[in-house]
Order: sequence, then structure tokens, then C-alpha cells
Amino acid sequence: MARVGVFVCHCGLNIASTVDIEKVVAYARGLPDVVVAEHNLYSCSEEGLSSIRKSIEKNKLDRVVVAACTPRTHEPLFRKTCELAGVNKYLFEFVNIREHCAWIHIKEPLSATDKAEKLIAMGVAKARLLEPQKETESSVIPTAVVIGGGLTGLTAAASLAAQGIDTHLIEREEKLGGVLGDVEVISPEFSKSGDLIGQLVKELKGSRHAKVHLGAKVVAVSGFIGNFEVTVEGKGKQEKIPAGAIILATGAQEFMPKGEYGFKEMPEVVTQLELERRLASGNVPRRAVFIQCVGSRQPGREYCSRICCNASLKNALRIVRTRPDSRVSIIHRDIMSYGTASERLYREASDRGVVFLRYGLERIPKVVRKKDGVVVEVYDETIDEMVDLDTDLVVLATPMVSREDARDLGKLLKVPLDKYGFFLEAHVKLRPVEFATDGVFIAGSARWPSSVTECMGQGLAAAAKASIPIRRGKVVVEAITASADPDRCAACGNCVIACPYEAIEIVEEHGKRYAKVNETKCKGCGTCVAACPNDAMQQRGFTSQQLSSMIDALIKSTEEET
Amino acid sequence: MPKKVVVIGGGIAGIQASLDLADMGFEVHLVERTPSIGGRMAQLDKTFPTNDCSMCILSPKMIMCAGHENVKLHTYSEVEEVRGQFPNLKVRIREKARYVNIAKCTGCGDCIAKCPVKVPDEFEQKLSNRKAIYLPFPQAVPRKVTIDGEVCRMIKTGKCGVCKKVCQAGAIEYDQKDEVVEIDASAIVVATGFDIMDASLLPQYGFGSCKDVVVSLQFERLLSASGPTGGHLTRPSDGRTPKKLAFVQCVGSRDERMHKYCSSVCCMYATKESILAREHVADIDTTIFYMDMRAVGKGFQEFVQRAEKLYGVRYVRSRPASVQPGKDGKGVLVTYETKGLAGEQVTEQFDLLVLCPALLPSRGSKALADRLGLKLDEDGFLVAKDIRHPVDSTRKGVLVCGFACAPMDIPDSVAQASGVAARVAEILQGGG
Repeated sequence: MARVGVFVCHCGLNIASTVDIEKVVAYARGLPDVVVAEHNLYSCSEEGLSSIRKSIEKNKLDRVVVAACTPRTHEPLFRKTCELAGVNKYLFEFVNIREHCAWIHIKEPLSATDKAEKLIAMGVAKARLLEPQKETESSVIPTAVVIGGGLTGLTAAASLAAQGIDTHLIEREEKLGGVLGDVEVISPEFSKSGDLIGQLVKELKGSRHAKVHLGAKVVAVSGFIGNFEVTVEGKGKQEKIPAGAIILATGAQEFMPKGEYGFKEMPEVVTQLELERRLASGNVPRRAVFIQCVGSRQPGREYCSRICCNASLKNALRIVRTRPDSRVSIIHRDIMSYGTASERLYREASDRGVVFLRYGLERIPKVVRKKDGVVVEVYDETIDEMVDLDTDLVVLATPMVSREDARDLGKLLKVPLDKYGFFLEAHVKLRPVEFATDGVFIAGSARWPSSVTECMGQGLAAAAKASIPIRRGKVVVEAITASADPDRCAACGNCVIACPYEAIEIVEEHGKRYAKVNETKCKGCGTCVAACPNDAMQQRGFTSQQLSSMIDALIKSTEEET
Repeated sequence: MPKKVVVIGGGIAGIQASLDLADMGFEVHLVERTPSIGGRMAQLDKTFPTNDCSMCILSPKMIMCAGHENVKLHTYSEVEEVRGQFPNLKVRIREKARYVNIAKCTGCGDCIAKCPVKVPDEFEQKLSNRKAIYLPFPQAVPRKVTIDGEVCRMIKTGKCGVCKKVCQAGAIEYDQKDEVVEIDASAIVVATGFDIMDASLLPQYGFGSCKDVVVSLQFERLLSASGPTGGHLTRPSDGRTPKKLAFVQCVGSRDERMHKYCSSVCCMYATKESILAREHVADIDTTIFYMDMRAVGKGFQEFVQRAEKLYGVRYVRSRPASVQPGKDGKGVLVTYETKGLAGEQVTEQFDLLVLCPALLPSRGSKALADRLGLKLDEDGFLVAKDIRHPVDSTRKGVLVCGFACAPMDIPDSVAQASGVAARVAEILQGGG
């Protein structure tokens, strides 16, 4: 007989203001094998955890159910508490009564309470059948692969190499530097980007831990944390690189306008990067008008690309600093000079006579050819008037957009992207450089348009994260993997096709053909279990028996009501 | 023997740097001035743009940090002196007397219940009181009480002793003295975060003179389930639920007279707080007075659009000229100019006004920078060594991250903090 303890969390008022905690606890006490049911203001606080631990020890519990928030953030914490109290962490079951009850049914406290009871009944039913599990360990290849040789990738690779970790930097172009290579000076310092890239390249080339692959494309990625294999193709040859961790730093690219504001029709209308090229070659216009948010912050591409205002401020300053006779205007919707340094640029630009005009989506500016040049007609919101700006050059500040091959790369690495094609990190707030997939990390503008300092900071961050499994030398695989019972398995191969991780193959052992799961590749998704017609495939912690018991418990609790 | 790293500042940046360094195998000494780690993020109700409950995502990190085998917490402590040169730095830490034996304290709170002294609660932004013996907030790590020696009757006059009488664990030690420990550190990380500007320095905004003017961090506590009102949004003057709410952006920031820089996070948190206000009070009307709506991060523009379209938030591009108390001292009258040259002065009544003051390098960061020999920029933030080394300070072996370097949001702080861990590993490997 199992000895189950149920711990219900108030989550301050998050749960308690909707779900009747006392009622739920009383209900839990009456469930089969439940020895004790308690509640805590914050189960995850030190006090909450220590009270759970004490209760486990005092009541000699061998199954623990916590009804609180989400396993995504809190399961490790409660599992660890179980372990500290001497209970195998796989004997822990999490019931989410915050998202699934309190929050979603915030206006129906009675139903929310009823649902909480049912979910707890199901959790307890499953917990009774849980078995202790042992996790498997696998070794880690002490090599890192960085995909993308722009500023972010260079920084990440240089850091890993300096940490003494063998690192392969893969760049599809023939030169390193990425988009920053097309930019002459860096905002806000006005230092030469070539110097920065040059220094990074020098560090990499001088390191015995770094190998740079130019003109190389990643064509396949297999494996899992600690044991990846990255296949790289280029210059007519293919190379397979074994790696413990992978950093994705493929950057973004400048959006090319589709004929907006006379782009391509009028030679005076250019993009920001074209202006960069002109300024670098000493071709400084006397009069220039920057139009911000061309192709961004509008239906279809709602986002702000973060760095374009700063780029325009920087280039406006380069013009006015070199040509005292210049006349520069920036037409914008909001100037995004966040922080200290950028705001200083904004201030300097204003002080030096750069004119700032604000437009709205309702009345967007027009670029018109007149006989003596180009005119930008703009309705300025601030002064509520139409303004005509004669100019020699119109610079379209377009957003950074995702690389055209980002989705393909996402598929190779099995990592997600957002609707704009930027890679989606594990948690936007607290895990900015990690993917949900272990051992694969993200940094720089491939995640979100970022400034030079931000790209470098994220490159370093990804290097720190990638170094951790390599330093430890081993990874531990969660014991929720699937396996087939050779006696029931008909070797039909349904599971092999269904498995999204290529973790299953049909093998012949002791004269029997059956499906064998590679434990370190298995992510515990359960797809193979559903695909198996013979009930031969079972997943640890999610067996058919355990899941059926949950359904039975739900039916029973519903019957009790009627 | 693992190399030692001292991390100064126990907010989210310091916590993240500590966790990564500890995972890398360094012995981390995390020094935090207040009695608990958690920093500013612990005071927030939710976080933009996902409205994740701040404490819910922070608390596991705090606990992981305190429970990590390679992390030693020095809370209620300050770095007094750093001697030596990289990589042989001697860091002297003063562990202030908390008059409580933390090995014995169970955090049960019996002493707090009986303590007769009440003082304004810093964690609750002085919206409510705490006792002289206190836990800064319910999820504090470590969960150990502290006696505020400045206000405790027993410490000051020798007359009281109630907490010692009720403490079953025998943890109260009135004669405790500060202790000084010295760590032989190979590197130091500075992550000292921010403080909020005193909004009463700009009297035109009414903070201090109008009861129903609060600052954003106070509003954050008013929204929080664990805050002084138990998560019920009320206004200070009469405890009534506000129906008309306004925010003023850039109070003391982007302002020649005060702080020239942009605090980076206010546009977004005001938007978040507006959405949350609507979730608390279904028929509340909210106005945000702003200069530029700086929504530059992932999902930020969509967040602002959601606030506008789904939550009825009115964005007004104008900087209010003055704030006066409303009738009978309740509510406020905000005078501002409408858009355009034809714009006119309007005075509008609001039930509650939230100011978004400049966020400053944390108090004490100047003194710390002087002690460590670090350079600050004209705005008081830590200066990086050079463009190649964005998280190195101007002193070798001292790394910097988070809001102490420049105003930035949580993910940027977290990324920089992890970046610092990589740099520590680099320089201790022998790199430059």
C-alpha cells in the first residue's frame, strides 16, 4: 500500500482567491492511500519546502502530490525536496491547480474548486502506481559548435576557445563579421567595426582551441546534449563534427523595401546599409532625410526592430559632424534611444540641429521627385502641419528580418521560431539564450535584433551555458523514456516512423525482432506509445495502467457527485 | 580547490551570475546588502510582456541559488574593501549583526507577531509597516528574521526583549556583533542594480503633496497579491477603488534638470501595470502620458497594441505640466497640453496617478565603485573596459552586469549575467 501525501498551495492569493483551499484539502484527505493532506501559503518558499520535507519524514510518505502551479518552473524544486526527504523523485506527481483551475476559471470559483478536486484525485490515483526510477548518465563530447560567424558567433567562439574548450565556428560566407562587416563604425562609440571584428578573428586564429569553417553550411544535425553530430558541407566536401553543445548565432538581415517611398525607382532613395557603404567611401550627402519604421510597426510586421533608430542617429551624427553645412532630418514614429548612450546620441543630434519630425501610420510621408531634386512631404504631428523637406538622399530605416534559411535551420536543430522567423528562446524572461532543447543555445539577432553590446553579451552568455555540460563531462537523462516489451512487440515499425527524434530502431536480439529505444535520444514525448497497436511500448512515469487509473479516478469522482 | 568568485548584489543579475559560475564549478560568495536575495524583481507583481508572475519565476532561482553546493550566501552584508590585484584579490565582507542566530532561526514568525515596534516597510515601498524584527517578504531567502538595530527597543534602550521570550528556537542574540570575513577571490562580479528616484524632488508632479500620487514600485505592490492591500487595487487617500488611473512617464529621466538618460523599462512596465489594473478593476480607465513609446523588445509592440485595443489604455503623448490635489485632497488634477500647435492646456481629473521616476544606479554604488576603483559614466553607471569587453569593468578581474551598467530589462540583465560567468572563466583560464 502506498502512503500518499497531498500538499496544496495557496500561491499567495493566486490560487486561494479562486479555489477553496480548505475544501480541497479536506477532499484530498478522503482519497485512497492518502495519509496526509496539508496546505501552504507558498509551497515553493523555503518554509513551504521544509514543511513538505518534514511531513514526508514524519508521515513516512512514499508518494508525494503537490497541487500548485506549473511543472515547467517548479517540478525540479519539489522533486529535489522529495529526494532530500529520501523519496525517489519519480514518486512525485504535480497537479496544476493554478493555471488549470484558479486562473482559467477565475470567475467561477465553485467550478474551479470542483476541478481542482478532480485533478487531485487523478494525481493521487497516478501517484499510487508510480515506481522509483533511475536516471541514465551519458558522457559529453568536450567540443562546441557555433553556427554563424557574425559578431555574436565570433564572440561566443572566442570565449569558448579562451575557456580552453575546442570550438568549431561555422560560417556559410567566405568571410567573418556578418552584418557588422557592412557597417563602418559602431554606435554609440564611433569606433571602427573592422577593428573589433579584426581583434576577434585574430584571437580565434591564434587559439589552438578554435577552428573556423568558412563557406560551410550545416546540412544535418543529429544526436542530443553531450553527443551531437553536426554535418557541415562546403567546398565540395562533407565533414561530421561531434559536439557536446551547439550555439546558434546566425543573425538577421536588413529588410529590403518593396518599392516603398520610391525605393529602386529613385536613386536618391537608399537603405541604411547602402548609406553605410556610401559614408564609408567618403560619400557624405549634404542633405539627408531618414524615414524610420519602413516595413516595421505596421500590420503584417508589427515589431520594432530595436536598433534602427540608433543606426539613424549614429549616421545622422556622422553627416552633421563631418559637414557643417549639412541639413539632416529624421522622420520617426517614436525615437527608440533607450538607455544611456543612445539617449546621449539623440541629445547630441538635436543639439547639432538634426530635425526630428513625427509621423503616424494614418498619414505616412511621401517621397516625390521635383525638377530640382527629391522632396519628402511629411505631416508632422507635433506641429500639426505639412512640411516639405528638399533633400539629396532619403534613407529608409528598415527592420532587421530573419534569415531566409532560419526555418530550415530550426528544423535541423528541432528548435522553434516565432511568427517573424526569429528563434524562440526557452523563456523570454529568465532563459534568454537557451532553447527548450537541452544543449542548444541561441544568441544575437537571430533571436531578436540586438545592438553590438547586446550581441556580444548574449554571445558570452551562450558560451557560458554551452560550457557547463562540457565542464561537467556528463549529462543525466530524465527517466521518462519509453521502451518496448520484446515479448509483445511485433516489430511492425509504427513507432520507428512516429518517433520525431529518430530514437527507435528495430533490432534483433536473442532471435527476437523488436523495437529498441535509444534512451539518451528519447525525449519522453510518448508518440511511440500512442502509435503502438500491441500496447508493447510503455513510457516510464506514464504507463497505460497509470493513465487509466487517472481516468478511472475522474469517472469515480464524477459519479460520486450524481 | 575551486577558484573563488565574489558576486556583489543579490538581484536577478547577481543570482544568475552566481548560478552559472557555480554550475561551472567556481566557489561563489554572493554578497547582498539586504537580509534576503531577490532584489527588485522580488517586488514586482508580474513581468512584461508575458505577465508571468514575477515571484513565481524568481523564487525557484532564489532557492536554487541558496541551495547550490557551490554558493555561499552573505546576506545583510557589504563589501568593505578589496585589496590586491587580479587574480589575487582579498575581499573584506562585513556581515552586519542581525541579532539573530541564523543557524537556529526557523523563520516561524512568532517573534514578528509579538514585536511592539512598527516602522515603514521598505519592501512594501512604505505603503505599510513592518516590525523591528522582520522577514523582508514571505518568500525571503534565507528565510531568517533580522532585527533592525536602528529601531529595536531592546538594542537601543535595553528595554523590551519580547522576541527573545517568544523564540522557541533560542535564536535571538541581542549582543551579536558585526562579523568581518575575508575571501581570497580570483574575480569579482558587480551586479548592484538600481534604486528609484525620489519623486518628491520634482514637486510639480505632486508626490508627497497629493495623497493619491504614488510611484510605480508602490503601484506594483498595490497590484501584488502579497502586497499591503492583498492584491486589491485601492488608492491611499480613502481606500476606494480607483476608476480613472494615469501614469506619467519620464519623471526625472530624459530631463535636463535631473537625469538625462532613458530608464529603458518604464514604457513597458507602465503598459503592463495598466493591463493588470484592468484585470483587477474591470471598468478602470487608464491613461499613459509619455514622450516616446519605447517598446523595443520581443513582443513589446504587440503588448502595447493589446493594452490599447483590448484593455482600453489611452496613450497620450504629452508631458504633464502640473499635478494638483483633487477635491478634499482626494484624487488628482493633471494639467497637460494636447497634441499639435493648436494644442491647448487641459486639466483632467484622475482617481490615482502613478509616476514612473528615473531609475538610478543603486545607492551606495558610487561608494562601492570608489572602493573598487571602478570608473562610472556621467550618469553614474559602471563603465565597461572597451568595446571588445562589454562586461569587463575598468579594473582587471572585476566584471559588471545588469542595471548597474545601464538601464536594461530582466532578460538583458540575465543574459549579461551569464556573459559575465563566461568572462570569469576566460580570464581565469589565462585569457585576457
